[in-house]
Amino acid sequence: MLKTLRVKISQGKQFVPDVKGALPRGFRGLPQFSPTTCPNTCNVCMEACPVSGAIATGPLRMDLGLCVFCNDCAAACPQKKISFSENYKISSDSLEGLIVDEKITGLQVRANDAIKKIFGRSLKLRSVSAGGCNGCELELNAAGNVNFDMGRFGIEFVASPRHADGLVISGPISENMAEALELAYEGMPDPKFVIAVGACAITGGLYKDSDALDRRFLEQIRPVLYVPGCAIHPLAFINGVLGLLGR
Amino acid sequence: MSILSGRISQITTLDMSVFQHQVEEMLTRGMRLVSFFASPIYGFPEIFLNALLADDRYGKLQVLRVKKSRDSTYPSFTKKYSTFHCFEREICEQYKITPEEHPWPKRGIRYPNRKGSGHLGQFEKYPFFKLEGKEVHEVGVGPIHAGVIEPGHFRFMCYGEMVHHLEIQLGYQHRHVESLLLRGEMSKLAPLVETIAGDSSIAHTWAYCRAYENLCVANIVDLADIELVRGVALELERIAMHLAGLSGLSTDIAFLPGGSTYGRLRTAIINTSMRLGGSRFGRGWLRPGEVRSPITKSLIDEVRIILSSFKQDIDKINDLFLSSKLVANRFCGVGVVTKEVAIDIGAVGMAARMSGVVLDLRQNFASSNAPYDKLPIVAMIEESGDCWARACLRIREINESLYWINSAFDEMERKDWKLQLKIELKAPQSNAYAISLIEGWRGEVMHYLETGPSGKLAHYKVQDPSIRNWFALAQSLRGNEISDFPICNKSFDLSYCGNDL
Repeated sequence: MLKTLRVKISQGKQFVPDVKGALPRGFRGLPQFSPTTCPNTCNVCMEACPVSGAIATGPLRMDLGLCVFCNDCAAACPQKKISFSENYKISSDSLEGLIVDEKITGLQVRANDAIKKIFGRSLKLRSVSAGGCNGCELELNAAGNVNFDMGRFGIEFVASPRHADGLVISGPISENMAEALELAYEGMPDPKFVIAVGACAITGGLYKDSDALDRRFLEQIRPVLYVPGCAIHPLAFINGVLGLLGR
Repeated sequence: MSILSGRISQITTLDMSVFQHQVEEMLTRGMRLVSFFASPIYGFPEIFLNALLADDRYGKLQVLRVKKSRDSTYPSFTKKYSTFHCFEREICEQYKITPEEHPWPKRGIRYPNRKGSGHLGQFEKYPFFKLEGKEVHEVGVGPIHAGVIEPGHFRFMCYGEMVHHLEIQLGYQHRHVESLLLRGEMSKLAPLVETIAGDSSIAHTWAYCRAYENLCVANIVDLADIELVRGVALELERIAMHLAGLSGLSTDIAFLPGGSTYGRLRTAIINTSMRLGGSRFGRGWLRPGEVRSPITKSLIDEVRIILSSFKQDIDKINDLFLSSKLVANRFCGVGVVTKEVAIDIGAVGMAARMSGVVLDLRQNFASSNAPYDKLPIVAMIEESGDCWARACLRIREINESLYWINSAFDEMERKDWKLQLKIELKAPQSNAYAISLIEGWRGEVMHYLETGPSGKLAHYKVQDPSIRNWFALAQSLRGNEISDFPICNKSFDLSYCGNDL
């Protein structure tokens, strides 16, 4: 009993009080660009980038759906033009919305009225890892832990697709998981929607050129929310979902 | 970090009979099989089969190879040495080189289901063991499980509640990582390597970096400071994942204080990784020839304060966890893997140490293992081989790693914070190889890199400890109740994508 009390006292209150204003120190989130101009022929950032197409020059822009936030571009840039801020509001409701350029100040998720109306106060999600490396999976779990406590908004992960309103996909969708993913989606009752988390799920990310993927599922079902990252940050996920729900 | 490297021509290629004889002789002398893998011969259609053996007493590695053509056969080692079983199946799946008289000749390590691979449609036809009888039944679970975890299929052959055998069918996570590694530029593979097993980013990336640095003939003395910071990164990863395991184990037995407290303590550790390296998994932190970390006295002072309050809090929850009757009742005697079995099947890392096998590269290979040569770490050993042993091992390893990290900070202070965290690397040698081994939190991570005549990457082999330890999980279930599976699985905490690659 005494030992339990000691743990309880040491535990105190652990939740992040403001998930919209918390500061994850050291986090590499939304890219920012210094006002220096790039020399005409400089492509150093593109050459350093591990995912082709994630960064383009003239004018400089980045696709957060492909970006793995590895910092290789920023470390290579001779002008110190690129850096990553601690801003984790990097989700978007469209693929086009993930492309950022020098004018970017922040990303917005537009509320989806239909989803807001039905699931605004209670949203049950089912996660399917389809080739995910356990990075995004651990962070999705962390979104529900005592720190980030997604449950306070009525959002939680459930054990069965039958109980779920939304399907959260992580991983690039390996060929061997494609069928199981489809079955899980079919098993969910209508109305339902899909969220793609991590560069892998959004575009294939580092694995987009692999011949062991089968991404046809995403050609048929368009996700309503994209949460970039490698791995995603729980705050990025929670803020994205709250945006979708108009909260 | 232990490493073996040199010119490819320095590896002796043997005849099959000599190869067999030498491997058996080395195993009889007490050496241990680390890996048995295939590598294509540059410019020729044949394949090399490589056996990597370790002498854990003296911290020595040795590699032997034999030449085989595709679609050929050789006498299986597995019938005598079980530790070969997954490797022989893997080689068979990759290059159709068949081990004759393999006692468990199944395909299906990872099902490369692509056209032309000859495996199309194999995935559905997996020849599971059959257990027949009046009151016998089978339970299949997966690939998708109830939690937010990776996919894999488990089939239990049960008599009533008792599990006779558990068969594990993986392959769902296969992303063809090794082929993607070959397509990239050798110096820029770190981001991809970090996702081989996303919860062991540091272990895999460190193994890759050191192998690459060795191909570039980097001076070990110049790398000392870099290796020290990498050590801090690896030990933080170990603590974080052990905490994730303890939190999951607590949740699985409804020990709620453990579930929430270990979970939030993990947050403190991975946020420390983020302060030091920019990502909660340490991604983008380690690179060949450098570590990207803004290490200053004031930052480390801050980290020390976080770690010291972490230590106070974890001591309290450990005390509660270890003295709880609920915990002991659920974990003691459940999921036992004996020392004999662990050695026989070649379990590594935590799965070996929990049953009394003294196997920790940080200790066994200390002499050639910077930074653990100057700052030694003691291998934690448990004897009972059950879920309790695996939980206790985690708790003790967390304490040991925490102590180590603090002594690494002391070392940085002794150097007055003047650390050389980046060195220039020469171009990689041509026709060379490097094998590096890292004791990640799960166990031994191996990376093998080989360059061709132009100095470009010719072959890359990755080995996660999981490929060997999955069979330990299957063994642990025998004679246990099916309801014990979640805690057995969680206590091993193996990687699916690390196996499927």
